[in-house]
Amino acid sequence: MNFTAGHIWLIIALLGIGTFLIRFSFLGLIGNRKMPPWVLRHLRYTPVALIPGLVAPLVLWPTATGGQPDASRLAAAAVTIIVGWYTKNIIAAVLAGAATLAFAFWIT
Amino acid sequence: MSSSTTKSVFWKGAREGAPFIVVAAPFAMLFGLVATEAGLNVAEVMGFSVLVIAGAAQFAALHLMQENAPTIVVLATALAVNLRMAMYSASLTPHLGEAGLWQRALVAYFNVDQSYAMAMIEYEKNPKRPVADKVTYFLGVVAPVAATWYAFTLAGALLGSRIPGDIGLDFALPITFLALVGPMLKTLPHVLAAGTSVAVALLFASLPYGSGLLLAGFAAMAVGAEAERRLS
Repeated sequence: MNFTAGHIWLIIALLGIGTFLIRFSFLGLIGNRKMPPWVLRHLRYTPVALIPGLVAPLVLWPTATGGQPDASRLAAAAVTIIVGWYTKNIIAAVLAGAATLAFAFWIT
Repeated sequence: MSSSTTKSVFWKGAREGAPFIVVAAPFAMLFGLVATEAGLNVAEVMGFSVLVIAGAAQFAALHLMQENAPTIVVLATALAVNLRMAMYSASLTPHLGEAGLWQRALVAYFNVDQSYAMAMIEYEKNPKRPVADKVTYFLGVVAPVAATWYAFTLAGALLGSRIPGDIGLDFALPITFLALVGPMLKTLPHVLAAGTSVAVALLFASLPYGSGLLLAGFAAMAVGAEAERRLS
């Protein structure tokens, strides 16, 4: 790459500041001011609106297989969701998913 | 609030955040390695992981720098990848808005996918906890993740050796995200929101800079909120 050291540090600094400002945005500006009920109702669904969408393409089109759907990874994903939903236990879900993937890699 | 309770809340968070070490370690190591091979020195590599502390955005920036993209493109792309965190920030505000400015700034710096999702699950389970406990729990969850992120970035930058090939390690990150989804599916509106999120994200997966995910987020929040309004 053709970047000077000063240029690289400029990018790092601006990216650091920008990322912080994105993360601070609402927490910093709104603070303890009350938000209207309809906004709060939407915000209650933020985690479940973003995390599934973040992970879905990674499950269906894994980078490691060049974007081809892969039975082992799909099985591991299904087991992780089901165990997590049934037990509400995150660690149990991770372990069950990892074990499924290990088993699927071993039999294929 | 006595210091012993603060300590126990912090350790509860740290215990519950500890499993993410398994994901953060290889991801951080890979960043250290790839960034070093791209020509960054150790200080610059660590600058990224300490000042930016956002894996996907760091990889995006690095990739564009390798292609000698204009600075403004590098910044715009990497920041767009992080825009979902504005939504995280908004949804943490009802829980943490009363905390002092410095505490909110600290939480903002450490607001990564894992700490955000774990903390929200805990806050919704125990909404009446004092705000100080909520901040402490958040910092507890992120402590092992952040420490791993810094340490393994450094290890990757210094060792420069190859990470073993296809042992399914790439799938550690998806599995932890999926494990976080299970406990979020509490009611029918939550399930509908999750389904919408998946459908819209897949439909618009080819849109640049993670904008498909932002669309999915807005659509799924609307579906969840509307379903809640109609069912209650």
